[in-house]
Amino acid sequence: MEFLIASGVGILTAAGIYLIMRGQSYPVIIGLAFLTYAVNVFLFAMGRLTVNQPPIIDKAAIGYTDPLPQALVLTAIVISFGMTALIVVLAMRGFLESGTDGVESESLVAANVAAGEAEGGERAGS
Amino acid sequence: MNHWIVAFIVLPGMVAAFLVLALRHDLARQRLVSISSTVALLAIAIGLFVQTGSGVTQAYLLGAWPAPFGIVLVLDRLSAIMILLMAVLALAVVLYASNGWDARGKHFHALFQFQLMGIAGAFLTGDVFNLFVFFEVMLIASYGLMLHGGGERRLRAGFQYVAINLIGSTLFLFAVGLIYATTGTLNMADIAVKAGGIAPGDTALLTTGALLLFLVFAIKSSLAPLHWWLPTTYSAAPAPAAALFAIMTKVGAYSIIRVHGMVFGGDGGAIGDMVSAWILPFALVTLAVGGVGVVATRRLADLIAFSVVWSMGSLLAAVALFDSAGLTAALYYTVHSTLAGAALFLLADLIAQYRGKPGAALVAAPPMARAALLGGLFFAAAIAMAGLPPLSGFIGKLLILDATRASDSAAWIWGIILSTSLFVIIGFSRAGSLLFWKAEAMGEEVAGADVPPEPRGDDRLPAVLAVSGLIAAIAALAFFAGPATSALELAVAQVLDPSGYVAAVLGVDAVAALGR
Repeated sequence: MEFLIASGVGILTAAGIYLIMRGQSYPVIIGLAFLTYAVNVFLFAMGRLTVNQPPIIDKAAIGYTDPLPQALVLTAIVISFGMTALIVVLAMRGFLESGTDGVESESLVAANVAAGEAEGGERAGS
Repeated sequence: MNHWIVAFIVLPGMVAAFLVLALRHDLARQRLVSISSTVALLAIAIGLFVQTGSGVTQAYLLGAWPAPFGIVLVLDRLSAIMILLMAVLALAVVLYASNGWDARGKHFHALFQFQLMGIAGAFLTGDVFNLFVFFEVMLIASYGLMLHGGGERRLRAGFQYVAINLIGSTLFLFAVGLIYATTGTLNMADIAVKAGGIAPGDTALLTTGALLLFLVFAIKSSLAPLHWWLPTTYSAAPAPAAALFAIMTKVGAYSIIRVHGMVFGGDGGAIGDMVSAWILPFALVTLAVGGVGVVATRRLADLIAFSVVWSMGSLLAAVALFDSAGLTAALYYTVHSTLAGAALFLLADLIAQYRGKPGAALVAAPPMARAALLGGLFFAAAIAMAGLPPLSGFIGKLLILDATRASDSAAWIWGIILSTSLFVIIGFSRAGSLLFWKAEAMGEEVAGADVPPEPRGDDRLPAVLAVSGLIAAIAALAFFAGPATSALELAVAQVLDPSGYVAAVLGVDAVAALGR
């Protein structure tokens, strides 16, 4: 089982890292999701792998699994889920406003130049 | 237990919720509540700072769970100083933002208070996983503030900012997992006690965890080559948000000092030593990147953002020493560069507002109203940032140069700090002369060249006052440099000798096990 979990974390991380280095925002988001899955499984395994043992005190129990990583994973899942939702919305808004899905490239440079010109008007109007 | 400590987290958190739920549509009252809450935070920060003067580290056990099983907040001299800095900055920023910026989008004040809660929590917490949680609180609020006001450029820059920080959070979790797997605890004091005695087979894993954690803090403190998100984000962010972000890079530097300097033993500990060897070369690269960036940019906000990167380079070069002189210099420079960076971001926005159409672009344009006042403030803030006498930047740089004198790489550090300072001076003087003197020359050429009339009933004066307050704080920091450095020296002594910290959190019996 150790081998299975370790290689699972490894493959998820590798896929995540490959995807976040792409130039489009959609693959980057999927890559971030892969990375958070990988880290969740990784955190879970940090309390050592124990099968069929309770995490809370029980008179009949012969051993325990570490409950702390489970609590940590829960927090991590909530935060990463919320963040993934946020970045999806950001990418959507960016796509709708600019018409491209590029993460950086010329669009940002062009937007920078445009912003430099538009800024005066925007600020003077405030 | 001293319940005022938790006020830094409870008060902004409750105020933010109240602002969202009860005052959503009432901007005037939002301002009133937000400003009053920030003033209260400043008062509590001053009170606690005076208390820490006795040198006793106080631990606050949340829910009265005994450490290391529950979460602890710890107030020592270093935390108190950082919180005080945050409160001073927050007051100036909230006053500035109440002068119009908060009306450009929804929920500015609520997000602002949430961000204060995250920053204060990061400075106070004594638990590594809790540090992650407060980083997230701080970042989530900063995403909202960064996008405040909208626009394509902010969205693009915002996507990059969120993506890099999500990667950082993932790395943080990997690091936390490794530390928990090897030491069996997440409490900072407990890690400091147990790090020395872990099984030899686990040393490599713990070192990996500590280095991953360093990588996360390096992203936050914009250490090159992980600095590239900063200029894009800060120059695209609304000015008050950018000014508040000036302290977020310092949260990264603070975490390096707290975790790698104190918990992992700085220069003395095997792991701290390894990290300090990584910091110095990259800090020097950061200095070079920042210096070149300052000369190369075409917009005022970009120029300031690169000068922030540059100042982080000087700061981290001093942190890398992990000794009393180095950390004192780094902390003095932290306070200085937070105030100077924030003042410059706010000033750049004011200048852009007064200039009208050309905005913050570094091109010659006809003169603006109140050029003398703005020019004077810009001059003061720029010489502070570039490190010219008589303001605090000069003293900070002097302290850093003095602290690094005995280091093996002193020649490199001195050479790079001094030569890049020249770049920064050139960058700022070119920007200043373009904005103010070229404008005057142009104004004389243009027919009927009269300076535009002073806008009557100018409603931007509160904003000007907020900026002047920050610059007055910089001047005070330079004037009281003696008392300030001796207070910082005492704070550094507590960091370098964590026995007081461990005794406050785990009890005096645990100090013997610290083995330092």
